[in-house]
Amino acid sequence: MNLTLRVWRQAGPAAAGAMREYRAEGISPDMSFLEMLDVVNEGLIAKGDEPIAFDHDCREGICGMCGMMINGAAHGPQRLTTACQLHMRSFSDGETITIEPWRATAFPVLKDLVVDRSAFDRIIQAGGFISAPTGSAVDGNAIPIPKLDADDAMDAAACIGCGACVAACPNASASLFTAAKISHLGSLPQGQPERSRRALAMVAQMDLESFGGCSLFGECMEACPKGISIDTINTMHRDFLFASATKRDVKEWSGGA
Amino acid sequence: MTLDAKIPSGPVAEKWEKHKFEMKLVNPANKRKYHVIVVGSGLAGASAAATMSELGYQVSCFCYQDSPRRAHSIAAQGGINAAKNYRNDGDSVWRLFYDTVKGGDFRAREANVYRLAQVSVDIIDQCVAQGVPFAREYGGLLANRSFGGAQVSRTFYARGQTGQQLLIGAYQALEKEIAAGGVKMYSRHEMVELVLVNGVARGVIVRDMVTGEIQSHAADAVVLATGGYGNVFYLSTNAKGCNVTATYRAHKKGAFFANPCYTQIHPTCIPVKGDYQSKLTLMSESLRNDGRVWVPKRKEDCAKAPGDIPEQDRDYYLERKYPSFGNLSPRDIASRAAKEACDDGRGVGPGGLGVYLDFADAIKRLGAKAIEERYGNLFEMYERITDENPYKVPMRIYPAVHYTMGGLWVDYNLQSTIPGLHVIGEANFSDHGANRLGASALMQGLADGYFILPYTIGNYLAQAKLEKVTTEHAEFVAAREAVAQRTTRLLNIKGTRTVDSFHRELGKIMWDKCGMARDRAGLEWAIKRIPELRAEFWENVNVPGSASELNQSLEKAGRVADFLEFGELMCRDALHREESCGGHFRTEYQEEGEAKRNDDAFAYVAAWEFAGEGKAPTLHKEALEFENVHLATRSYK
Repeated sequence: MNLTLRVWRQAGPAAAGAMREYRAEGISPDMSFLEMLDVVNEGLIAKGDEPIAFDHDCREGICGMCGMMINGAAHGPQRLTTACQLHMRSFSDGETITIEPWRATAFPVLKDLVVDRSAFDRIIQAGGFISAPTGSAVDGNAIPIPKLDADDAMDAAACIGCGACVAACPNASASLFTAAKISHLGSLPQGQPERSRRALAMVAQMDLESFGGCSLFGECMEACPKGISIDTINTMHRDFLFASATKRDVKEWSGGA
Repeated sequence: MTLDAKIPSGPVAEKWEKHKFEMKLVNPANKRKYHVIVVGSGLAGASAAATMSELGYQVSCFCYQDSPRRAHSIAAQGGINAAKNYRNDGDSVWRLFYDTVKGGDFRAREANVYRLAQVSVDIIDQCVAQGVPFAREYGGLLANRSFGGAQVSRTFYARGQTGQQLLIGAYQALEKEIAAGGVKMYSRHEMVELVLVNGVARGVIVRDMVTGEIQSHAADAVVLATGGYGNVFYLSTNAKGCNVTATYRAHKKGAFFANPCYTQIHPTCIPVKGDYQSKLTLMSESLRNDGRVWVPKRKEDCAKAPGDIPEQDRDYYLERKYPSFGNLSPRDIASRAAKEACDDGRGVGPGGLGVYLDFADAIKRLGAKAIEERYGNLFEMYERITDENPYKVPMRIYPAVHYTMGGLWVDYNLQSTIPGLHVIGEANFSDHGANRLGASALMQGLADGYFILPYTIGNYLAQAKLEKVTTEHAEFVAAREAVAQRTTRLLNIKGTRTVDSFHRELGKIMWDKCGMARDRAGLEWAIKRIPELRAEFWENVNVPGSASELNQSLEKAGRVADFLEFGELMCRDALHREESCGGHFRTEYQEEGEAKRNDDAFAYVAAWEFAGEGKAPTLHKEALEFENVHLATRSYK
C-alpha cells in the first residue's frame, strides 16, 4: 500500500505546530498502525529528518500509553481498538491519513503526537484509591462480594487511562475516566467508607485540571477502546450529589492523648 | 569476594519469622529522616514505594513512562498464584515451594522460594483490600483456576487482565502516598547511572525525558525495580521501552549479574509476519487447555490449507511425545518441541515458523458458545492481529521471549553486592531458577515490594551509619559528567545506520545463537560477533536531534548501547553453563531429546563481576543446597 500522511509536527511545548505531509510507501496491510509509523520514521532518519515522536509502550492494547487522532477519530476507525492494535488493512491503498495528537487544554502537547496526561494521575491522587496500608488486610474471603458486583467493578476497572474519552469529547471532559474509577471502587464493599469523599475530591480535581463538563454526548463511550459504559457517569453524578447533600466536616478536635 | 547469601539458620519454614524478629528496626520517628530511591513503578516498584512511604520513609520513585500505571506488569494476563488452599485440593505453602523449586529445575535458592510461598497468601488479602476485582464465585468467594500444568487450583485472576488489575491496585496505593507527600514521583525520567560514594549506593543520575535535563538524586538507599532484559532479543513480548540499562549500569558499578542466560521462551505467541515486526504478542497459556497443537506429518503438506490435511496426516507432537501432560506440557518443553518441528521443515505459515493450535475438537465437543465464553477476548485479539478467524481455521503460534529469570544477584535481604543497592521483582535473579512457572511473576513482584523489601531495607538503614551526602559530592559530579559525555558522543557519530537496525541485528544474533537452543560453536561465534557489531554501532549509528529535548532516538540509542554489551555477557554465561536446565538448553547436553542437567558440576548460581571495558567478566559461584526438595530429573512423559 502507498499512503499519504498528514501529521501534526510540533518541536516542543512552547513551539508553534503545523501539519506536514509524508509519503508512506510499501506498507503491508498486516502492519499495525504504529509499525507503519516506525517504517516512516526509519525513512525520515535516513533522510536526515527528525522522526515523528509518538507515545507507545506495550503495543498490545493494555498499557494505555499510545493514542492519537487518526482521521479525526481517537485511536482510529476500528471500535474497541487502541492505535497499537489497529492494522493497516483498515485503510485503503492511496488513502490520505490525518494524524493529530489528543486535543484538550488539560493535555498540553509536549512534542508532535506526545501529550502530557499527568492530570489523570492527579485525579487519582485526589481520591481514586482505597486506603488499605500494607499489612492491614483481612483474609480475602472474609468479605464475600456478589459475583455481579465483582463483574461490575471489573467492567469499570478495565479503563487503561489512555485519554481517548477526553480527546473524543466536544467539551474535553474527563468524566468517563473519573467515573470509571468512582464506579470501580464504589461497586465493592471495601470502597464504601471513602465513597463520598472520593466522589467529591475526584470531581473537584477534574474541574481544577481544566477539563470540560459532561453534557452526555456519549462520544467518549464510542471512542473508548475498552468499552467503558457511560452508565458509570450516572453513578458518578449520583455519588457526587449524595455526597454533596450529606457532607460532614472532619472534627477539628479529634485526636489528642 | 565471596558471595554470602545471608540465609538465616534454622528449618526452612522458620527462617523468615526468625529473621523478621532478628532484624533491626528503625524508630518510627526516625523513618522520615531516611530517603529511599525506587527506580521503576511496576508491581515491585510501585508496591515497594507505597509501602515504604506508609511506614514513614521519604521515597522518590522514577519511571520512564508518562505515568507509573503503564509499567509492563500491566500486560500479564493469566493470574497470580497463592497457597490459600481455598479449593481444599491439597495445596499448601510447602507444595507451592516444592513446585516452584522443581519447576525452576533446581536452580533457585530454597530459602527465598519458601519465603515467597509463605507471603503469597498475604498478597491476595492485600490486593482484595485495595479493591482489586478478582473473579468471584456466585457465593461471593474468590474464584481459582489451575494454570501452567499445576495439579492444584491456586491461581487467582481478574478476567484475562490480572496484571493490569494488580498494577492498578499498587498504582493507586502509590498515588495515595504521593498525595500524602511521602512519595515524590518522577514520570518520564530514565535512570542512566548509579552513584556510589565510598562503595555504597547513594543515588542515581536520571535524564528528564521531556527537557533532556540531567539530574542528580541522592538518597540513603537505592532500589532497582526495573524489570527484565528480554528486549535484548529485539522481538519479545516485552513493552518496547523495557530495557537493561538500570541493572547493567549497576553491574558496571560493581553489582554482580546472576544467571543472565536464563530466559523464558513462551510457547504460545502470534508468529512473526514480516521484517517490520516491532513486537510479539502473547496468547494466554490457558488456550492450551482446549487447543491441540499439531503440524503436518509431511513437509509437502505445509503449504496446504489446514482443513485439507486429513487427520491421519497430522502430527499432534506434544500428545505423541508427552502422553501424560500432552498439550499442557511446561513452557520450556512445549517451546522446544515447536522449534524442533519447525527445524524439521514442518512449520506452517510465513517462513515456516509456526505450528497450529487447533480448537476444532473442543468446538465439536463443547460448542462454539462455550469456547467463546472461555476465550472470546483472546480469539478477538488474534483475529485483529492476523485477520484470521480461529473459530474456523486453527490458530498459528510460535514461541517468543517472554521473561528473564536472570538478574542482579541479591542476598536473602534482596541486597545486591553493592551495599545499599536493593533489587526487586524481575530485575533480580532469586526465585525462579532456570524456569518460571505460570502465574509466579506477579506473585514475586508483589512479595518483594509489599512484604519483603520494606522489612529488609529497615534492617539495612538501621545499621548503615551513613554520612550525609549531597549531589555536589565529587562522585555525583563525575557521574553527571560521564553521562553528558556519553550523550554527546552518541549524538555526534552521525553515521548511516539507525538505532533500530542495530537492535534488530543484535536481536537476530541472540535469537539464533542464544535463544531456544544453544551450542558451543554458535555461542563462541556470537561472543566474537557482538563486539564487532558494538564497534560498528559506536562508529556508524545515526542519532538525530539534540540532547536538550524530547528525543526518542537518543533514548533508544542509550538502551541499545547497553544491550550490545549485555548480550555478550548472556552468551558467555550460556557458554560456560555446560548443561541443559529449564530455559537454558544446550544441544550438546541432552538425553533422548530431553534436557540433561549436571548437578555435580553446575548446581550453583553464576554471578558475574564486571572486570573492566573489553575484559572478560569474572565468574563467582554461589553453591545451591537442596535440603528440603531433593534433586530429581523433571519428567513430563
